[in-house]
Amino acid sequence: MQITPAIVAEHGLKPDEYQRIIRHIGREPNLVELGIFSVMWSEHCSYKSSRRHLRKLPTKAPWVIKGPGENAGVVDIGDGMAAIFKMESHNHPSFIEPYQGAATGVGGILRDVFTMGARPIANLNALRFGAPDHPKTRHLVSGVVAGIGGYGNCVGVPTVAGECSFHPAYNGNILVNAMTVGIARADRIFYAAAAGIGNPVVYVGSKTGRDGIHGATMASAEFGDDSDEKRPTVQVGDPFTEKLLIEACLEIMAEDAVVAIQDMGAAGLTSSSCEMASKGGVGIELDLDKVPCRETGMTAYEIMLSESQERMLMVLRQGREHIADRIFKKWGLDVAVIGRITDTGRVVIKKDGRIEADMPVGPLADDAPQYDRPYVPTPPRKTLSARDVPAADIKDALLRLLGSPDLASKRWIWEQYDHLVRGDTVQRPGGDAAVVRIEGSKKGLAATSDCTPRYCFADPFSGGVQAVAEAYRNLSAVGARPLAITDCLNFGSPERPEIMGQFVGCIEGMALACATLNFPVVSGNVSLYNETNGQAVLPTPQIGAIGLLDDIDRMATAALKTEGDVLFLIGKTKGELGASLYLREICGREDGAPPEYDLAAERRNGEFVRRLIASGRVKTCHDVSDGGLLVALAEMALAGGIGAKIDPIWDSSMPAMPPQAFLFGEDQARYVVAVSSKDAKKIEAEAPEGVVLARLGRVGGHGLTLAGFGTISLADMRARHEGWMPALMEKG
Amino acid sequence: MKSAVVLFPGTNRERDIAVALERATGQAPAIVWHAETSLPKVDLIVLPGGFSYGDYLRSGAIAARAPIMRAVVDAAEAGVAVLGICNGFQILTESGLLPGVLLPNAHGKFACKNVALRVETSQTIFTGGYEAGQTITVPIAHHDGNYFADDETLARLEGEGRIAFRYVGENPNGSIRDIAGVYNATKTVLGLMPHPEDATDARHGGTDGLGLFKGLTAALS
Repeated sequence: MQITPAIVAEHGLKPDEYQRIIRHIGREPNLVELGIFSVMWSEHCSYKSSRRHLRKLPTKAPWVIKGPGENAGVVDIGDGMAAIFKMESHNHPSFIEPYQGAATGVGGILRDVFTMGARPIANLNALRFGAPDHPKTRHLVSGVVAGIGGYGNCVGVPTVAGECSFHPAYNGNILVNAMTVGIARADRIFYAAAAGIGNPVVYVGSKTGRDGIHGATMASAEFGDDSDEKRPTVQVGDPFTEKLLIEACLEIMAEDAVVAIQDMGAAGLTSSSCEMASKGGVGIELDLDKVPCRETGMTAYEIMLSESQERMLMVLRQGREHIADRIFKKWGLDVAVIGRITDTGRVVIKKDGRIEADMPVGPLADDAPQYDRPYVPTPPRKTLSARDVPAADIKDALLRLLGSPDLASKRWIWEQYDHLVRGDTVQRPGGDAAVVRIEGSKKGLAATSDCTPRYCFADPFSGGVQAVAEAYRNLSAVGARPLAITDCLNFGSPERPEIMGQFVGCIEGMALACATLNFPVVSGNVSLYNETNGQAVLPTPQIGAIGLLDDIDRMATAALKTEGDVLFLIGKTKGELGASLYLREICGREDGAPPEYDLAAERRNGEFVRRLIASGRVKTCHDVSDGGLLVALAEMALAGGIGAKIDPIWDSSMPAMPPQAFLFGEDQARYVVAVSSKDAKKIEAEAPEGVVLARLGRVGGHGLTLAGFGTISLADMRARHEGWMPALMEKG
Repeated sequence: MKSAVVLFPGTNRERDIAVALERATGQAPAIVWHAETSLPKVDLIVLPGGFSYGDYLRSGAIAARAPIMRAVVDAAEAGVAVLGICNGFQILTESGLLPGVLLPNAHGKFACKNVALRVETSQTIFTGGYEAGQTITVPIAHHDGNYFADDETLARLEGEGRIAFRYVGENPNGSIRDIAGVYNATKTVLGLMPHPEDATDARHGGTDGLGLFKGLTAALS
């Protein structure tokens, strides 16, 4: 078949990229070869627009065992154990077919983690939807949530945390980011690098079908009006098979049989085989007649590009094939030797006795084109003075904020996720970070996912800093030492300089925060082209982070607990209302610069909070973020079922400011803690130099009582907070 | 007390129950693979939660026909205690060891949350650790927990004191007469939707599930 410019374009390759392919292989490619190049060189697989900027992110720390470049990042958590984790997007498929798109997103990220030898112990997610009243939103929310639950619940991995927000910028492109955390013995981690000339290449898992062909290419282009027609490129998930695959893979990994292993994710057999060969510096030869297929008559092109789910590729030690055979058959899974590792440095694909592709491995995986896309920085916004923001009735504003889309309780979502299976969930969804006990120990892993897209839109650099800082804060608020992050960078088209400007700004902000907080990036994913008809999503550099608790009995939760406890605000308040939820929800404006960051204060305040929790004297802590101090206090009261009496400290605050600025300002690096009266004085005295500590009031009563403004009852707050999401989703 | 936990493909709460049993009895249960045809000699057989065979066809329907189930039915008929939790309850109804069926939740969604249960009787091998009428809090995590049986069956269950647990306050799945768990005629087989095994450690947020395992240990040791 003659390759025409039209065929090249259909494969998402630019004419100069096609010329580059010809240079690499020394001739015109055939259709199978073109298909392989097109997925390997897609934005999704090659990071061709983002790679030069990703290099700016700090990736090292003494506890990092493996940074970016493998299926997932690996960090040391002591006692010979490692945590393995990553976050990944499944945005495009979830918009087209929300249930299967989201479900297979969960399946894919699980495989990235257990392919390295880890038992998955927690799932998280971050969801961004369009305006609540947009005609597609309810359908998308209900499908995505059911899909995440349908998959995660069945595989028996608890879904313990996440976040969900709404904005019209996501009307045509929702974001579905899924994260998995697993644990493994630090000396039994499996990598993708193939080795051992002659070693068998073994295919395990589900059969290959015609689903998902060109999924990676779809995820590398913007949507037009015809996005619904792309439904056939979405894969169908089978969580039952995934569960069997987890057990079977962990079982064979306990034997001395596996040299390398890689899941078949985006670009399926193509990317798994080429990446394993490329990382090992070897060649690979595959006989597609041996691939277990779901249907007859599949071509080499279809088999190589299928994105059928729940499949893995392994390189075994020679002579250990029978072990794979025994284990995978026991679990009722397909297993087949489909090829060998060679010393040719080439990928050779055979079918029906014919050679269907024969190309050097190197250019496919490592020599994808790299672009230095032009970019223009986002122009800075004016900082708002609190005095320029209209005052509102404080009680009414609080109730409206608690019932607003981004702050309302997401219980409707997380009650559809099994967050308890495995019996190690010691802090459930709804708090700052979830905590999962490390099997058989007193230690716990805390996990959170964070980003504030409206800050990133207002000021990408500052928003990038803030996303990392908030993750640091959420981990610190439960008492966990922040270890490392994974990122999922969701942006519009990189071919537009203003979008590239957002991308570069966010990365540089993240890099500064990661470096200052000693909080490296160990894995991640880039999702570009999240735009429809020129309308891009808000820049959303989603951060997934984990931290370590040495003793789960010295952990804090956000819930107020004991009447009479003294409430402290840790961190400085200037009353920052720019790009705040108060401004958006109460004043109907989205302008202004986001709150200033102060990474030295983040670090100082975070360390102080962790020290207080570790000392056993602080059991209640909550970070102050979206909606500001009063929303934080309301969330603490609702979680504990007990109120608080707050002194009029805004009157004496320095600098002086109107109450709405103090109560709803989103100043960074702040926490609220509750301590017993007997410890209060001592804790005040312990605050290190530079840590600002202010007494807010005391725990008690059936509502939040604000000096001068009266009481807002728990019942009223609960009705608004819990009522919004069910009302949206269950109305007729 | 010696116990065995049956593992079907797709079972996922075997670890939760094994930890709870070990905590209560000091002895780890034997894990028995679905393809086996015999069981070790034990005092208690547990069918744990999960999605056996993906819950394809109907929850529990395929597992009820697994090779090991012949041995489970025989043991149950010989008087060995059998506990089915969540998917295990579904398997017990599908295998005919317990009456009734578990329909999809009335609201159509999976539900994972704490619920309040009333212990209907303390006079069984399972509930000796509780007072009759006591309210306990344990979590649920299911999509198909909506118990249903015809009027005649319900009348018999009520008359023979075979309702083990009822939801108190909120009924989380539409279950008829708020039924959360039922016994067989000899009260040696119990099926329930909630997960007492996930409420056996203060770190779970509650220990109300311990009573079940303590009661069993006292009755069967």
